[in-house]
Amino acid sequence: MSSQSRSSRFIPRLLLSPAVITLLIWMVVPLALTIYFSSIFYNLMQPDVSGFAGWMNYEFMITNPAFTDAIWNTLVLLASTVAITVIGGLAIALLINEAFPGRGMVRLLLISPFFVMPTVNALLWKHMMMNPIYGVLAQVWTFFGFTPINWLQDLPLFSIILMISWQWLPFACLILMTSLQSMDREQLEAAEMDGANYWQKFRYMYLPHLARPISVVIMIEVIFLLSVFAEIFTTTNGGPGTQSTNLAYLIFNEALQSFDIGVASAGAVFAIILANIVAIFLVRIIGKNLEK
Amino acid sequence: MSTKKSKWTTSLIVRTIAAWGIALLLFFPLIFMGFTAFKTELQAIAVPSLWAFEPTLENFHVVNERSDYVQFAWNSVVTSVVSTVLGLLIAAPAAYSMAFSPTKGTNGLLLWMLSTKFMPAVGALLPIYIIFQQLGLLDTKTALVIIFTMMNLPIMVWMLYTYFKDIPHEILEAARMDGASVWQEFRHVLLPLGIGGLASTGLLCLVLAWNEAFWALNLGAADAGTLATMMVSYSSPEGLFWAKLSAASLMAIAPIVVIGWFSQKQLVQGLTFGAVK
Repeated sequence: MSSQSRSSRFIPRLLLSPAVITLLIWMVVPLALTIYFSSIFYNLMQPDVSGFAGWMNYEFMITNPAFTDAIWNTLVLLASTVAITVIGGLAIALLINEAFPGRGMVRLLLISPFFVMPTVNALLWKHMMMNPIYGVLAQVWTFFGFTPINWLQDLPLFSIILMISWQWLPFACLILMTSLQSMDREQLEAAEMDGANYWQKFRYMYLPHLARPISVVIMIEVIFLLSVFAEIFTTTNGGPGTQSTNLAYLIFNEALQSFDIGVASAGAVFAIILANIVAIFLVRIIGKNLEK
Repeated sequence: MSTKKSKWTTSLIVRTIAAWGIALLLFFPLIFMGFTAFKTELQAIAVPSLWAFEPTLENFHVVNERSDYVQFAWNSVVTSVVSTVLGLLIAAPAAYSMAFSPTKGTNGLLLWMLSTKFMPAVGALLPIYIIFQQLGLLDTKTALVIIFTMMNLPIMVWMLYTYFKDIPHEILEAARMDGASVWQEFRHVLLPLGIGGLASTGLLCLVLAWNEAFWALNLGAADAGTLATMMVSYSSPEGLFWAKLSAASLMAIAPIVVIGWFSQKQLVQGLTFGAVK
């Protein structure tokens, strides 16, 4: 009996171990090395300077004016994109929640931008939509008698926000749409019988039901949007100046353009801390769901 | 009665028009790109934009010849398919183990796996870059396969776990009673019942790997570049070649958008780690 129970525990563990071991390596090694690099002098252009740096790299990163800009841009990009996608996604999800002709097709069209790779997304907007001469938006502006805007030059961060919102609006919409489908129809009908108007239904029935999916959407978007990179890399290169440099792009710039691994790693530690603050909340919500 | 019906119809008409309007507006950039891919370069930058023109396939030929489309597409196919298969091979046994032999630690383990997704890519970039440089793996498909596999592994374990949990335990127990080995149990019971879950998990991870740009741009420059990397080479001189860029874009996204359409339902469960059903 005891040998059987031992072997019945052995096989599940054996099956589990490849995933656990590889993920453990994937998490621990980069984390440890990043923290280590952030504490030493490590500049590829100055190989003779080495040794323990203490907080020097962090100090250098924090006092860099670009760092403050990057943190600010990261947060603005995050907050605006989340606001646009959640509010827009919610409105669209409510709009198409009831049946209408061609609903399946509308669903497919709506979700499509989410499957477009970030580099294509960026080029599409840069050349086709936002080009100040032949771009679609310029034509619309001219049509209404306005002077076309040079989007990427004059409003770089806002342009990036537009591109990313175009990609993530479908995501928010799809999740909220799916969640709406699981609502209790009888309760809704009962509320209608009792004379609840649309606002009351929204406030007291839809919103409480959607509270959790909305928070999940927000946190997943935060995780992905903290590391927005390809759109900036492809369109503005963080510029003009630092106007569209976010934390991810700044770290990339420090590391692969200035070759200062130490300082870049200090920046990376900030990025990790930022991501984990959000992660704690997400894990709580999903953990509660597991226990059900 | 009749007033109520007509009111209902009005709201239906309004909703239908609004929904189609929004959907077409959001889809518009892709339609426009599709049109532009078949224009000549001069037609592509015509103001106002042309909607009636004689379609040409020239752009596709030029993209093929000039930018090694086949090479980049092959890299995309290899890295996304191999990483997906490899990921399934690692994730499926783990998900099976957690779904059918849960212990006190299973929930904690699942949450820990989820938490590995919170390491921002940029936080891992430098160590990974240096390690791969030391191993001579920079700009190789192997490097991208490793990264894509690890990136998607937590999602795969979670999705498969939720699918396997829905398979009734009694079936497996019956097979065990009949003396089936672990392999037979897997081959003849689990695989046929779980194939749908495996397929949709695979599709979603294929999409995510195909579209991955951060690692592809930083680790795979020339030889191992995926389609996401190829597109960047088109970002140069002010979009002079917008028609060709459209053709290249179309070839880069068309296959995966279609796969995405088929996996959109699974996407919700996969990307929210089962928190939204």
